[in-house]
Amino acid sequence: MKGYRGKILRINLDDRSVVKEDLNMEWAKSYIGGRGLGTKYFYEEVDPKVDAFSKENKIIMATGPLSGTPTPTGGRYMVITKSPLTDTIASSNSGGRWGAELKFCGYDMVILEGKADKPVYIDIRDDEVEIKDAAHLWGQTTSKTMELLAKDVGEKAKILNIGPAGEKLSRIAAVMNDMDRAAGRSGVGAVMGSKNVKAITVKGSSKPEIHDMAQLKQVVAAANKSIKENGVTGEGLPTYGTAVLVNIINENGVFPTNNFQTSTFDKAEEISGENLAENYLVKRTGCYGCPIACGRHCKVDDLEAGGPEYETIWGYGADCGVSNLGNIIKANYWCNEMGLDTISASTTIAAAMELYQRGLITDQDLDGVPLQFGNDDAIIEWTKRMGLREGLGDKLAEGSFRLGEAYGASDVSMSVKKQELPAYDPRGIQGQGLAYATSNRGGCHVRAYLISPEILGLPEKLDKFSTEGKPLWVKIFQDLTASIDSLGLCLFTSFAMGAGDYANMYNAAVGTDHTDETILEAGDRIWNLERMFNMKSGLKKEDDTLPKRLLKEAIPDGPAKDKTSLLDQMLPEYYELRGWDTDGVPTEDKLNSLKI
Amino acid sequence: MDIQIKLFATLREGRGKIVTKEFPPAATPRQVIETLQISEEDVAILLVNGQDGSLDQELHDQDVLSIFPPVGGG
Ligand code: SF4
Repeated sequence: MKGYRGKILRINLDDRSVVKEDLNMEWAKSYIGGRGLGTKYFYEEVDPKVDAFSKENKIIMATGPLSGTPTPTGGRYMVITKSPLTDTIASSNSGGRWGAELKFCGYDMVILEGKADKPVYIDIRDDEVEIKDAAHLWGQTTSKTMELLAKDVGEKAKILNIGPAGEKLSRIAAVMNDMDRAAGRSGVGAVMGSKNVKAITVKGSSKPEIHDMAQLKQVVAAANKSIKENGVTGEGLPTYGTAVLVNIINENGVFPTNNFQTSTFDKAEEISGENLAENYLVKRTGCYGCPIACGRHCKVDDLEAGGPEYETIWGYGADCGVSNLGNIIKANYWCNEMGLDTISASTTIAAAMELYQRGLITDQDLDGVPLQFGNDDAIIEWTKRMGLREGLGDKLAEGSFRLGEAYGASDVSMSVKKQELPAYDPRGIQGQGLAYATSNRGGCHVRAYLISPEILGLPEKLDKFSTEGKPLWVKIFQDLTASIDSLGLCLFTSFAMGAGDYANMYNAAVGTDHTDETILEAGDRIWNLERMFNMKSGLKKEDDTLPKRLLKEAIPDGPAKDKTSLLDQMLPEYYELRGWDTDGVPTEDKLNSLKI
Repeated sequence: MDIQIKLFATLREGRGKIVTKEFPPAATPRQVIETLQISEEDVAILLVNGQDGSLDQELHDQDVLSIFPPVGGG
């Protein structure tokens, strides 16, 4: 099959062996690539009960069949491992250029096994693969690491690396690439750190072959046209980036504020995408092959850096009660420098602020930087201390759930399966609540972005307060997203494209005969495989839930006043639609029908 | 009656962030956008007092409209 490179790079860090294996094409047919195929390999090779930090855990960087092809946004890759934060499967997606460049080296995936006896980095240039000493890089921030590495491997190589947070096994550490793109969630950076791998550099010289280039050009032209003509991908995202959501979500009264204690932020305008564009934006940036270019470069004082994204602005902003956008940009910068996940890092600070508010964390613990809501210096300082595990930062680096637990108050953690929730209050967006509760990697908005129909009205407007029909919407969004992540494309294309468009691109590039139905079926298969991994790792039905606050305490004011999540009304129907038993376990029939 | 209109993203260009205007009783959001010279295709999200609204609903004195063009993210 074209599109793929047909090779995997398996690197054993114990004995430093490097093996080039043929890609299992039978599996590729069923699981596509990226998230799906990476999970299949992981499922077959790793015991789900493994300790995430043990050397028996593996970490896989997986591209999709469309990564590195001339498809729109075809530069993405996934990081798959067992999460030290959630104990579920972790699969974190990132853009930039690294994924495409790995394909240009001739590989679909890299699998890291074992543990190096001292810090190393891996240098991949087509056929040549070397494991090199990283003593000079260990301890460095992410941008410094990239700067030093560029001297070693050349300016043209693409770099993926971890920061101090990953080295210090912060359970919310990210894998960074191309300076400011992140496979952010679920602590994947800490697994890399546990293996003593600081970075992977790639420089390739050949492109994947295409099954039918004329056909691909045609379907890509049609896709680009849809992207350009669509209001979100053609104008909204390019002009304002993701930050444009600040005002939308706040006006709907579902913009979690002060660690979800309320859900309308009276200073939202100060941290809005409109304000960012007017006063801080320097330039727009885009990932490989992306016609949308939603990335931002912003400047405050003498600091110019990538970001911030909507989720980050919300986390450091409303969720911490902070309205100083300049300081949010700085906190985002330090988060990236430390190699932390911006959603988990910022909301863990919000949880710490609530612990301080409750009197459980006291000034004695704080070395002169108090954690009251609204303290716009605290978000910067505590991000640094978290990354370096200094003082109370040591506890923050464990994420909000374990932080809360340390004070006998894990209810302060606004998380699902111990992973922090993003920037939409599910009490006022019922389908999104179900999507959070059932996400295979814990609290997450990009496993099923129900905000699209429930708030933005895409592809059609649903009543956000109603539970009716939501289980089916969640299932379809979860399945389609799993396939998009597996193809190697950016989820944002789905504002303008449907399952059939993805099938057309896949078929032209690879020579398959997919339809919209089989694309969704592949997503269903991937979803069930992830679920099986989680069940075997020990997760239970009881883990498909939301924080108590969101189920029991109504939003106190604003447009969504008096709402709580009605999860219980949706979960049984969701299990049934999935073909799972009443305990949420996939039935034999279901697994057989998907050939799992 | 007085209606407050909150505009966002590109709709602010040449109109400002918040506009308060007087309308005859029972005016609708459709009349409001016509007055502000906003085309229907540019109205992707319409909220009346924070709740999902429609172009043809009847407005009341002191109602607040929030209007967004097609935008999104995540
Ligand atoms: S839409 Fe944004 S995140 Fe997605 S590929 Fe393009 S620039 Fe990257």
